[in-house]
Amino acid sequence: MDWSTLLDPFATINLPLADWANDGMRWLTSNYRSVFQAIKAIVKLALDLVEDGLRNAPQTLLLISFSAFAWQVVNRATAILVFCALSTIGIIGAWDPAMTSLAVLVTAVSISTLVGLPLGILCSRVNWVWSIVRPVLDFMQTIPSFTYLVPVILLFGIGNVPGVIVTAFFATPPLVRLTNLGLREVRADLVEAADAFGTSPMKRLWSIELPLARPVIMAGINQTVMLSLAMSVIASMISVAGLGRLVLVGISQLDLARASVGGLGIVLLAIVFDRITQGFGFTRRDRGNLGLWEQGPIGWLRATFKPQGQFNSKSNQGGHNECF
Amino acid sequence: MNDRSPEASSIECRNLWKIFGQRADEVLAAARDGKVSKDEALKKFGCVIGVADASFSVRRGEIFCIMGLSGSGKSTILRHVNRLIEPTAGSVHVGGQDVMSLSKRQLRALRARKIGMVFQHMALWPHKTISGNVAFGLEVQGVEKKACREAAEEALEKVGLRGWGHRYPDELSGGMQQRVGLARALAADPDILLMDEPFSALDPLIRRDLQDEFLTLSENARKTTLFITHDLDEAMRVGHRIAVMKDGRIDQIGSPEAIVLHPETDYVARFVGSISTLKYISASEIASAGEVAVDAPGIGPDATLPVLIRQLANGTDHLAVKDGDRLIGRIGRPEILAAVERDLERR
Repeated sequence: MDWSTLLDPFATINLPLADWANDGMRWLTSNYRSVFQAIKAIVKLALDLVEDGLRNAPQTLLLISFSAFAWQVVNRATAILVFCALSTIGIIGAWDPAMTSLAVLVTAVSISTLVGLPLGILCSRVNWVWSIVRPVLDFMQTIPSFTYLVPVILLFGIGNVPGVIVTAFFATPPLVRLTNLGLREVRADLVEAADAFGTSPMKRLWSIELPLARPVIMAGINQTVMLSLAMSVIASMISVAGLGRLVLVGISQLDLARASVGGLGIVLLAIVFDRITQGFGFTRRDRGNLGLWEQGPIGWLRATFKPQGQFNSKSNQGGHNECF
Repeated sequence: MNDRSPEASSIECRNLWKIFGQRADEVLAAARDGKVSKDEALKKFGCVIGVADASFSVRRGEIFCIMGLSGSGKSTILRHVNRLIEPTAGSVHVGGQDVMSLSKRQLRALRARKIGMVFQHMALWPHKTISGNVAFGLEVQGVEKKACREAAEEALEKVGLRGWGHRYPDELSGGMQQRVGLARALAADPDILLMDEPFSALDPLIRRDLQDEFLTLSENARKTTLFITHDLDEAMRVGHRIAVMKDGRIDQIGSPEAIVLHPETDYVARFVGSISTLKYISASEIASAGEVAVDAPGIGPDATLPVLIRQLANGTDHLAVKDGDRLIGRIGRPEILAAVERDLERR
């Protein structure tokens, strides 16, 4: 017997994980090519729509629309902040890459939300689904973000569209987790009260549980946005355009100027997005008992042009517009 | 209105068992034969006996109190009536309908239309306005918005909270919140009210106010009410009949007077020991079989102690207790003093 193998077991025992990964990937690409192509086509459609809009629209119009939007969903101070942040991006010459990044971001976050929110809801309802999804999320959140890049290149190629997919993949787990958590943490007696009044499961979810879980779910969406931004530099390694690429080029050429422009652009975009998504988390109550459309520019327009008495947000103390 | 016959809106529970835990069936079989006590069930089987063989019925329009200490299973029983908890064994009928035989949809309809519920910790939805809370039961039934609002306003008016509809629950004091809870239960005009320790979390003075208001309300509305409480005074004030529970079992069911004057078990006796019987004593209870003078003033069998004392205070030697023409006995000073002495010795 050769004693040396006992002291050095891994020289002879070897699990061919690397080969398996290769075989698995080859099997996926050869058998499910059409599925991945279809996903890619859909994502491309959405991304092109957003990107064309953002890149072709006049800068002034975009500046004003974003600020007005921020005013509408949050408040005037945020509108000013958004205006200044976006203007700075333009002034430092990062407008075009910023719009590309924004398009990737918006598309990725939309996909994350469309997938993550329903999945999170399902996880909170069905325990066995959660017991499967949970380790998958653990896995997804533990593996380094670079690791995602290789399979994505093999399955979807390089460019902005795979960039959106990898970003969405990276950014979805916290939303699933927090949606599930938020719904499970809703006070049991409030849910029981809804049941006691004969609520159907859908109505209960919609009118009681989701509104009560809203702060936690919104924290999840906020996380998703922040992770998407954090991914933008890494995603640029698979040839995604935008602010991330400025930083990447800066690193590879030791070009501090470009790296700082890209970096600052990302930070400013992060601030803009963070504030606006937080605004969505506000309840009617936080807005001083006004509906989303009863405040900001639209509220102002409505108050000005509607006939007297129809809409008067300051004087509805009697409890007419705001009951439900 | 046909379903408002006497049986139609009463609650009827027969041999109700609820055992929490994995091995509920084994415990049920053993407990039915009396082989397993509550402690043994927990130690040997890891199961908790919540309700053990409880039977009772609530007549239409009656306020039925279930009283017991915490953990005695009273809230668990209550939740069987609208099937928020599934029984391990036994039957529940509401308005003549077997609750266990209902489909999910029928059960929801029953909860929405027939049963209103008030919770110990109010359980108002914090993200909805007061109106939104009160109208929710109607909204669930698909009632159109305007009617919802009017019904909510009307229910709030009943509990003295008119004009508070646009506020949010946490802007209200505890007592006001529970009024909202009551308004929410009343808004859909149900036949049955389930009240789970509704006033326990409130200050004593506010509790008394709300009890009074509730009594006035229910006198007008005549709702069949199942009222849970751990407070004997509250049960005495509110209940037409009282069930005393211990360890999941119902020890005794009876009128407040019967519970105080004739406790059937030691536990009930201990429970009511702190209450003076003097308030509940009637003439027929203490009349003795002594000699009755021909000219002794007559008095009815239901006369209370204060009435008897007042009659005797004006120099009369004794009273003749009569049920119609039938002579029951006599009450003089010795009988009164003996009753007081018995009450003092009890405690």
